[in-house]
Amino acid sequence: MNLKEVLDSEDLTFSEKIISIKQEEPRSIKRAGEIAVVKVDLAAGQDGTAPLAIKIFEEIGGERVWNPSNILLVLDHTYPSSSAEISNLHKIVRDFSRKHNVRLVEGSIIHQVILEDYAVPGMLIVGADSHTTTHGSVGAFATGIGSTELAAVMLGGKIWFKVPSTIRVYLDGYLPKGVYSKDVALHFIGQIGADGANYKSIEWRGEVTSKLSISSRAVLCNMSVETGAKNAVVEYDVVTESYLKEVGRSPMVVVKSGRKAEVEDELHIDCSRLDPQVAVPHRVDNVKSVREVEGTPIDQAFIGSCTNGRLEDLIEAAKVLRGRRVKDGVRLIVTPASRRVYSEALKLGILEVLFEAGAIITNPTCGACVGTHLGVLGEGEVAISSSNRNFVGRMGHPKSKVYLASPATVAASAIEGVITDPRKFL
Amino acid sequence: MNVIRGRVWRFGDNVDTDVIIPFKYKARTLDPKELAQHVMEGIDPEFPKKVKPGDIMVAGRNFGCGSSREQAPLAIKAAGIAAVVAESFARIFFRNAINIGLPVLEVKGVSEKTFEGDVLEIDLAQGVVKNLTRGLTFKATPIPDMLMEILRKGGLVNYLKERRLSQ
Ligand code: SF4
Repeated sequence: MNLKEVLDSEDLTFSEKIISIKQEEPRSIKRAGEIAVVKVDLAAGQDGTAPLAIKIFEEIGGERVWNPSNILLVLDHTYPSSSAEISNLHKIVRDFSRKHNVRLVEGSIIHQVILEDYAVPGMLIVGADSHTTTHGSVGAFATGIGSTELAAVMLGGKIWFKVPSTIRVYLDGYLPKGVYSKDVALHFIGQIGADGANYKSIEWRGEVTSKLSISSRAVLCNMSVETGAKNAVVEYDVVTESYLKEVGRSPMVVVKSGRKAEVEDELHIDCSRLDPQVAVPHRVDNVKSVREVEGTPIDQAFIGSCTNGRLEDLIEAAKVLRGRRVKDGVRLIVTPASRRVYSEALKLGILEVLFEAGAIITNPTCGACVGTHLGVLGEGEVAISSSNRNFVGRMGHPKSKVYLASPATVAASAIEGVITDPRKFL
Repeated sequence: MNVIRGRVWRFGDNVDTDVIIPFKYKARTLDPKELAQHVMEGIDPEFPKKVKPGDIMVAGRNFGCGSSREQAPLAIKAAGIAAVVAESFARIFFRNAINIGLPVLEVKGVSEKTFEGDVLEIDLAQGVVKNLTRGLTFKATPIPDMLMEILRKGGLVNYLKERRLSQ
């Protein structure tokens, strides 16, 4: 198997190529459906999954990690800790990181840290967190794993994968005003269903995709997991190139999907016909246009999470909220995805705009997204959120309700106190 | 563990990890026994009290969708569930279940014809599921050899331990 031949092949998908070249013993090309053991370039865990992984690592008799610089640990799900029990779990992670000389980041969301500091084209990333798919946005192969697997990878640097089959999604046309990559992602999930791409690889393509920023691409790849996808990718292009230049990193290897590769399905979405979308309780694939639920009263509005807590999102929210006020009785919670996002938004005056509009600005954490602290919903309360899941009890009480939407829609709804189409403020 | 026989608890489609074990519990403890006390609470708060060791869960499509939390299959296993049979599983849940040694079988058509309280008999090696109450036989999607081996060893931890010893 010749590396150049694999990369140049027009018959192999992105996932087939990358798994083939990352194999422990790269002797033969691996096609969809085959199993391969691959070497991992980055393994990451967070405070919800790493403590268990560490416990298992020790149970297996792990004395040393395979390579400290290829491992990242993050405390983000409940940060700073909101209880003594959680503090104890955080301590396990801190002690482990010190003992094994592994980088620990406290108080930024895991996927934002990976995006800011690690992800490059051709990297194979596994994270003990399902939204690890985010990093396909820069042309990496990235997927979520469990704690036991993280333990095994920390020990040996390898993991098995079944090569996924591929669905190509072409985003055609243009994005109308008030419609963002989040709306496209929600629309797609509504069409294909919560298991529509289970075990599969999604290649996001088309004219609209090619014009999206890395942050907007990250939204597509992040939300892809809500269809069950194993990974999602936007191929390396000029946008990726200039982004990498800006952050001072370069590709490991540029992997492009072959034009003639066999794929399971090809879908087209005409974005020009979309209007702002919302996923209604309690399923991410229960998607409607905002118009259909406009007027639904809300108690809380949340802008944050690994899906839509980046600078671009805060800027969009600020455009809507500038000079306006959050409705009395509604809590607008803004949680930047990382310390870097926080700092940039601070310097640009974005946080001030949001604060003056009445927002509660929290430190970077998963927080409200996962219902542990900083915005937990009470019985019967309704939230509109820029995050990614609206399952029963996700953001608090089992009898609370969550609507998912773009940051602009969330901001507009916070102003009106009811679900609102953001175009009215743009 | 090759043949499992047990009473059925029936669930629907898209059972997600937040209802299997809400984050607020898993954030607090690593103890599977404690997790088991809250398993499936999001669907049936009484479930942890009703379930008996050796029982089997039968569900529809996309069982275990949502987060990567391994605490979901762990809680199910610690509650005494011997196997989960579903039309299909979410990807990470499936991996996690195998890795912690919880048998999971993908069986097409099983959820429509199986009801709460039925008795199932599962032959893991053969990939055959029998509904003894209704006299029906189903074929499971075969589990790849490598995963079968992990299951047979009781999970990835034991599998790795043995491999380390033999190296
Ligand atoms: S922000 Fe929400 S979805 Fe993202 S990693 Fe944190 S808890 Fe998970």
